[in-house]
Amino acid sequence: MNKEYIIRNLKAILGRAYPRVIAANREYSWIIADIILPLLSVIAYGTLYKFLGASKDFLGFAVLGGAMSAFWLNVLWDMASQLYWEKMSGNLQLYILSPISLVSILLGMSIGGMLATSLRAAATLIVGTFIFKLDFSLINITQLLLVFFLTLAALYGLGMMLASLYLIWGREAWHLSEFFQEPVYLVSGMYFPVKFLGKVGFFSSLIPLTVGLDGLRQLLFKEGATFGFLSVNIEILILIILTVIYALLAIYYLKKMEYLARKEGKLTIRWE
Amino acid sequence: MDDSISIKTENLGRIYKKEGGVLEALKNININVNRGEIFGLLGPNGAGKTTLIKILTTLLLPSSGKAYVLGYDVETETLKIREKINMVSGGEWAGYGILTVRENLWMFSQFYGIPTKKAKREIDKYLEIFGLEEDANTKISKLSTGMRQKMNIIRGILSNPEVLFLDEPTLGLDVQIARTVRSFIKVWMKEKEGRTILLTTHYLNEADELCNRIAIIDNGEIHALDTPQGLKKILKNKIMYSVELERESYLNLKELPYTTKFTVNPLKDGKIEVKFQIQDENKIVDIFNYLKNNGFNLVSFRKREPTLEDVFIEIVGKEFKEDE
Ligand SMILES: Nc1ncnc2c1ncn2[C@@H]1O[C@H](COP(=O)(O)OP(=O)(O)OP(=O)(O)O)[C@@H](O)[C@H]1O
Ligand SMILES: [Mg+2]
Repeated sequence: MNKEYIIRNLKAILGRAYPRVIAANREYSWIIADIILPLLSVIAYGTLYKFLGASKDFLGFAVLGGAMSAFWLNVLWDMASQLYWEKMSGNLQLYILSPISLVSILLGMSIGGMLATSLRAAATLIVGTFIFKLDFSLINITQLLLVFFLTLAALYGLGMMLASLYLIWGREAWHLSEFFQEPVYLVSGMYFPVKFLGKVGFFSSLIPLTVGLDGLRQLLFKEGATFGFLSVNIEILILIILTVIYALLAIYYLKKMEYLARKEGKLTIRWE
Repeated sequence: MDDSISIKTENLGRIYKKEGGVLEALKNININVNRGEIFGLLGPNGAGKTTLIKILTTLLLPSSGKAYVLGYDVETETLKIREKINMVSGGEWAGYGILTVRENLWMFSQFYGIPTKKAKREIDKYLEIFGLEEDANTKISKLSTGMRQKMNIIRGILSNPEVLFLDEPTLGLDVQIARTVRSFIKVWMKEKEGRTILLTTHYLNEADELCNRIAIIDNGEIHALDTPQGLKKILKNKIMYSVELERESYLNLKELPYTTKFTVNPLKDGKIEVKFQIQDENKIVDIFNYLKNNGFNLVSFRKREPTLEDVFIEIVGKEFKEDE
C-alpha cells in the first residue's frame, strides 16, 4: 500500500462524505421528522415520569435517548440500505471501478452521516434541555468523549456491515430494518435505563447504542450511576470490542460482496 | 506484453446462470486493441457488448480464457487497471441529485485522487467545451438527458484515463447532442498520444464515423473484425439496389425472386424502401416486373455503395435491428 493510494482513499472518504453533509443543509424536511418526532416521544415519556414521580434526571435520560435515536435511525435507514440504492442508481459500479477501496466509500458515507446527524441530535438535545429545564452534571469529560465517539464508531461499523449484507441479501432485508426499529428502541433502553430490563440488557448490548447510552447517562447526570447497567469502564471495553468486530465484519462482507458481484454479475446491474 | 497493445483477450468466455441451464454471453473472444485506436464493438441487443466491457473494466470475472488491459490481468491486477481506465455508459444516472454538476464531478474526481484545485480547473475547462458552463451550479436532478450524458462523459475523462470504455455513449440522445459527443470523442483522442477508446454501439453510422477498427459481434461471437473500409470490401462483388415503391397499405412484400439479403423499410406516405443484392444485373428487369405484377409501383431506384449495414446483414445473416 503506497502513499498515493492512501491519499487517494482519504480524498475518496471526503468526497463521499460531502453529499451527505450537503443534503443536511439543502433540504429542511428532516427538521420535522428528525427533531419533532423524537421530541414527541420524549414528551410522552417525560409526562409519564412526572406522573410516576420519578426524578428529573429521568427526563434527562429520555432526552438523551431521543437525541441518540437519530444516529440509530441514520444507521438503520440511510447506512444499511445505502449500497442498495447506490446499485440501483449505477453509482455502485462506478465505485467498484474506481482505484480505491469500497471501505473508503462506506467510511465517507458514515462520516457524512455522523456529521449531518449530529446536527439533528444536538437540536433535539438543546430543545429538550430547554423544555424540561434539565440539569447536567459532567462527571468525567475524558470518559464522556470516549464513550460518545466509541458509540458512534461501533454503531456505524454495524451500519457498514449491514450495508453489504443488505446488498447480498437483496430486498427482503428491508423488512429486517422495519422489524428492528421499534424493538431496538425498547431493548436498548432508548427512553429509560436499560438496567430495568435485567438480563435482556446483556443481549441488547450487541447494539452499541445500549451500552453507549447507558454510559452517557452515567457521565452526564447525577443519578446516572445509580441506574447504570455496568461500570463505565466495562462499557468502554465492550464498545471497543464491538467496534473492532463490526469493522472487521464490514470489511469482510464488502470484499465478499465485490467478489459476488464480479462472479455472478448480479450486483452491478441497475434494472434488477 | 507488447507495449503497443492496450487490450488483449485470449479465448475469453463468459457464461451466466439462468433457469434451466447457462447462457453463453461470450464465446472464445480473441481481440487485440492497439494504443491510439478507437475500437468499435458493433452488435444488436444481447450480443454481449456490455458483458465484454464489464470484464475489461474489472466489474465482471471471465468464466474462461484471459483478458489483459495495459498488460494487466483483469482478474487479479484490478487496482493497476482501475487506476488507468474509466467508463461511461449511455443512459447512466450516476451521481447524487442533490449535488450540482460541478460538485458531482468534483466528487468523482476525488476517487482518482485528483487535487481539488486541479480538478476544479479541469471541470470548468470541460464544462465550457461542452457548453455546460451555465449549468455548472444546477442540481443534477434538474438536468435533461443530453446534459446529463455530457456530464457523464466529463466524469469519464476527468481522471485522464489511458483507456476509456464507452458503452453506447450516444444512446437516446438527440441528433445534435450525439454529434457533439462524437466530435468531442475525436478531439479527445487527438489531444494526447496513446489514448485508447473501446466503444460499443448500435449505430452503424457512429461506428463508421468514429472507429479505426470494428468487431461485429452477435450471439457472443465475433463474426468479423476489420477497418470500416475493409469490412465494406467484403461486398466488393455484390450488386446492390435500393428501390422505393408505392403500394396499397395492406400489401406486404415477403419475398423477391432473384435477390439475396432482401430488406424492407417503411417510409413516409405509406411508401416502402426495399434493399437487395443481385448476382446477375440482367435480372433487374424481371424483378421490376415481379413487383409491378404484385401491386407495387416503382417510384425510384438506385444502385448503391455498400454500407456497414449491408456488411452486417451479409455477415450475421439477419437484419440489424436497433433498440428503440
Ligand atoms: N447478469 C446477468 N445475468 C444473466 N444474464 C445476463 C446478465 N447480463 C447479461 N445477460 C445476458 O447476456 C447476454 C448478453 O448481454 P449484454 O448485456 O452483454 O448484451 P449487449 O450486447 O450489451 O446488449 P444491449 O445492446 O442490449 O446492451 C444477453 O442475452 C443478456 O440477457
Ligand atoms: Mg449493452
